[in-house]
Order: sequence, then structure tokens, then C-alpha cells
Amino acid sequence: MTAVTSAPGLTTGRLPRFSTWGVLGVSWAIAGAVFLLLFIAGSMGEFSMVGTIFFGTALYVVAISTLSSIVEGGRQAKDRLMTALVTSAFVLALLPLVSLLWTTVSSGIGDLSLTFFSSSMRNVVGEGGGALHAITGTLLITGAATVMSVPIGIFTAIYLVEYGRGRLAKAITFLVDVMTGIPSIVAGLFAFAFFALILNQPGIRFGFGGAVALTVLMLPTVVRSCEEMLKLVPNELREASYALGVPKWLTVTKVVLPTSIAGITTGVMLAIARVIGETAPLLIIAGFTQSMNYNLFSERMMTLPVFVYTQYANPGSDPQINLDRAWAGALTLILIVMALNLIARLIARVFAPKLAR
Amino acid sequence: MTAAVAPAPLKAKKRPGDRIFSGASVTAGSLILVILAAVALFLIAESIPALTASPDQVETGSFWTYVGPLVFGTIWAAAIALLLAMPVAIGIALFISHYAPRRIAQFLGYLVDLLAAVPSVVFGLWGIKVLAPFVLPSYNWIADNLGWIPLFAGPVSGTGRTILTVALVLAVMILPIVTAICREVFLQAPRLHEEAALALGATRWEMVQMAVLPFGRPGMISAAMLGLGRALGETMAVAMVLSPSVIISFVLLQSQNPTTIAANIALNFPEANGIGVNVLLATGLVLFIITFAVNAIARGVINRRKAFSGAN
Repeated sequence: MTAVTSAPGLTTGRLPRFSTWGVLGVSWAIAGAVFLLLFIAGSMGEFSMVGTIFFGTALYVVAISTLSSIVEGGRQAKDRLMTALVTSAFVLALLPLVSLLWTTVSSGIGDLSLTFFSSSMRNVVGEGGGALHAITGTLLITGAATVMSVPIGIFTAIYLVEYGRGRLAKAITFLVDVMTGIPSIVAGLFAFAFFALILNQPGIRFGFGGAVALTVLMLPTVVRSCEEMLKLVPNELREASYALGVPKWLTVTKVVLPTSIAGITTGVMLAIARVIGETAPLLIIAGFTQSMNYNLFSERMMTLPVFVYTQYANPGSDPQINLDRAWAGALTLILIVMALNLIARLIARVFAPKLAR
Repeated sequence: MTAAVAPAPLKAKKRPGDRIFSGASVTAGSLILVILAAVALFLIAESIPALTASPDQVETGSFWTYVGPLVFGTIWAAAIALLLAMPVAIGIALFISHYAPRRIAQFLGYLVDLLAAVPSVVFGLWGIKVLAPFVLPSYNWIADNLGWIPLFAGPVSGTGRTILTVALVLAVMILPIVTAICREVFLQAPRLHEEAALALGATRWEMVQMAVLPFGRPGMISAAMLGLGRALGETMAVAMVLSPSVIISFVLLQSQNPTTIAANIALNFPEANGIGVNVLLATGLVLFIITFAVNAIARGVINRRKAFSGAN
């Protein structure tokens, strides 16, 4: 404020530093008071916290830009308006995340019991039963998909980084990018069409087909992340190895891969986390069942996402029981995915090569 | 070695290990192309019976009258989702790249990425149990007050399971990918341009407007298209939230909604048999072609940008 008096005409007024938070607090308080009055007057069933935050924030956006345009002028006002909008866009995106996690945890935690993890749905009517068959199926199918996609993915990445020149490499890079956008259901349809034609069984359903569908979805992610990691390996390491007379394939296996193994592991785990929640392709090709099935190559196989879906979609006489099971399955799924994400990031952080000395 | 003798070109010794290793990596690379080609070929092979089927075998007369409303529903839902997600995603990307304190920016990026990690079936469950009842009052308000706009005409669906709810869920689901790409492009905006703008006395928003957004425009367009590709192919959330019917309709709030190709397949495939399976596979082929085209164009734009962004 002193700047204004010392150089009039050159600088305009500034709102004090606390004005941002102050105005926000006042706006929320006003919106809260309005909703509280509505609540007391009886025109609303309950005090609306969401409404308070929403209308309070809207009021803040209007108030701060009006205040600013009076004190600081039009340009600053526009800047403050956009800052407020950009920040609320970010908060707006967190709302569904928080709401989703909260709902899943609060509705799913009640049904997470030992029975849920130790029994299947075979011959279960009404209460009881669990998701053991689905968890087993998910682990088997995702495991098989990982076993298939990781070697192909890593070798493709090695080709792109160490060998690939010219048109083939360009085409592969481009198509891998495009492949990341293949809808998951198309991958499922592909696996179905492939095995239905090859094995000549028009109504085929089995676990391995699901693994093939997941491989199609997983491959591009694995290739992309491995490629990024291999590119990070400094060329000096490769050149030092060549200078010692080490052949190229040994340079790759003994120098390049060990240097980037942490990053590759992270990439693979993130890819697993991405496909472990896929529902649509498994619904198509792996089908659903109520019983345990350990054999990837015959009969339908249940998976956790499909379990959640079928519990929701085919309710019994008391839908609430099935819904509870669906939420419990959803919670299990989210826990697995979050654990994979967390471990992946930890590996990346702990085992990252210490290049800068 | 005397000058008269031309030095033989140096050649590395051909080791079997080298040959096997490079052979394996070329094979793996080509396998990607083979898989992509196989996806197209097997879908086409299984679709041919549906395309050539006589009119009495397909419910609605011909395959094309069957797939028409589905294509419309797919594009319509994805377009609304994109319209809702795009401004928010640009806002988030700007917040993370230019507004948030540098130290926590990366962590905030992780938070948004977490949204991408949530399985789509959980989104479906959340959409129908939490979001649909939550937005229903505002739908009633919109229909009462803005009902004169044909888009929002009543009567409002009693369950909230409308195409607008689906678009909201889809918008949340595509936020992470759109945000991630916008963020990348905004971070690439030339530092010197930004500093020059600030040095000339621009406010932060003016700097963003002058230096960041023009630079990021192609990136934003392709981010939008990638988001569109995701939304087009999203299955479970749509299948679970929408109460579907095979119609072409633009209204957003009523209980009759056009469904999407992917959701239609997911709902009908488990019970389909005979020619019905081929019809569904053929709709899948249509979806594959649409998403492939959208993704290819988007990636093309990004890659062209990459080529000359290094100069800045």
C-alpha cells in the first residue's frame, strides 16, 4: 500500500496478500449461512455441505474479480479471475476421486471378511459366498498376460532404442501409440474372433483368451515405458562397453538392461495395474461362472472386475446382498491397483540408478 | 599399412549371440504389426457373415440400420464428455504446470493420474449409485428452468440414468489422459517466451495467453482427440449407468437414451448366438475403425509437433 503513495500514477493499488484466502473464507461463510437459513426455515431437508462449497466458491470467483477490478484495475482482475478458475478446475477434478474412493471404502469395508477371500460363489444363494474364484481367475489371467507381453514388450523396446532405424521402426512407434487407444472391448472381440475361428468353436469362453486380450492391451504400455527407460540410459555407458570390446547383445543385457531395470519394473507394474481392472474383454472371452477354475485352457473363468459387474447386474432376491458383494469386490480391486501403483512408484524411487555424482 | 593399399572397411565380427539377439528384437517389433493386423483381419473375417446376411436374419432389417443409431450414440456421448472434460482438463494442466507451487506440482500430477488407475467397472458402480442420485435434483431444476431448449426438454428420467450422467462419468474418466498430454505440452512452452512476457509486465494469465496457449494449441487438439478416442471405446461405465434403447435422440435428460456400440456389445454378447454374434462383432469392427482413425490422426498431430518443438 505504501507503493501507491510513493509513486502515484506508475503503480496501481494492490489487494493485501491475505485477501485471496480472506475473500474465500467470507464467501464460504456467506454461502454456508444462506444454506443454514434455508435448512432452519425448513425448505431443505438437510444442511448441504456440497452446495455451500460450490456456491461459496462461485461467489469467491465473482467477489475477488470485482474487488480486484475496483482496486487493481481490469488486467489484474482478469488474472485473478483466471487463477481462481484454474485452481477450482483442479479441485473440481479431485471431487469425483475423493467421492469415489470414499464410497468404495465405506460401502465395501463391511463385507470384507475371511469368507469373502476364502470361498467361491458355488451354490451360494443369498448371503455368504466370496470372491476367491474371481481373485484366482484375475491372478491367473493377468499373470499369463504379463508372461506373454513383457518379453515381447521389452524386446520391441530394445529394437526401437538399440537397433531400429528407418521405416519399420517409425511404423512400429506410430502403431504402438495408436494401439494404446484400442478400446478394451475390441481387444476382447479380437480374442474371441481369433479363437472361435482357429479352434472352430463358435461359443468359445476360456481364461487364456482373456489373457490374449489383455496382452493386446498391455503390450503398447509396456513398450512405451520400457522405451522411455532405455532411452534414459546414457550413451557413454554403451560406448564404454563397446570400447572394451563387448559385443552389442552383451552390452544390452549386461549394461543397458541392468541400468534401467528399476524403471522397466515400474513400467511393467503400471501396465499390470492398467489391465487388471479391465472388465469388458474378460466379460466377452473369459465369461463368468460361480465356481473355481484353475485351468486357463478350458471352461469359463471368473475375474474380479467381472465379479463386480455380475453381482451388480444379476441381483438375487435381495439385491442389497449382491450390491454389498459388488462393493467389496470393487474395494479389493482398487486396493490391488493402488498397491501396484504404490509399489511401482517406490521401486522407481528407491532403485533408480544414481547417475549424478 | 601403406598408403597404396586402401584400408578395408572395419567390420565387427558376426557373433551368433548378436545375430540371435537382433533377430529376436526385430521379430518382437514386427509382432506388434502382426497383432494389429490380426485384430483387423479376424474382426473382418467374423463380420462378413453379418454384412452379407439376408435381411430377415438381422433384427432390424439390415446391419447398417442396426449400427446407425449405435454409431450416433457412441459419438454423441463421447462428444458431450469431451465438451465437459476439455475446459476442466486445460485448467488442471495449467494449474499443475504454471500455477501450483513447483514443489508439490508433481504430487498433484500423481493425484490426477490416480483417477486413471480406477477400474472402469468401479466408475460404473459409482456412477449409478452415487452420481446419478446426486445430479437428479439439478436435472429437475434444468428441465424446469431451461426446458424450452430442446436439448434439456423433460420429462426428466426418474433414475438419473441418462446420457448426460454417462457423459459426466466419461468426462471424469478421460480427464487424466487429456490432462497428462496438455501438461506435457504446456511444460514444453519455451521458457524464454514466458520470461519475456513477464518482463514486459504481463500478468500471469496474459503470459499464459501469449506464450503458453498458442504454443500448446496443436497439443491440446490432439489431447482432445485422444480423450475422444478413450470416450468412444469406454464400455462398462456406459453399460452400467445408461438405461439404453436403440434410438437416435439428442435430448439429454429423458429416460430414452441412445446407447453406444461398446455398451451394446457388453450387454448383449453373453446371450448372443448364431448370426447375432457376428452382428455384434461387426459393430465392434466399426468401433475399431472409428477409434483407430481418431487415434491415428491425434498421434500424427503430436508427432509432427515433436519434430520441430526441439528447436525452441
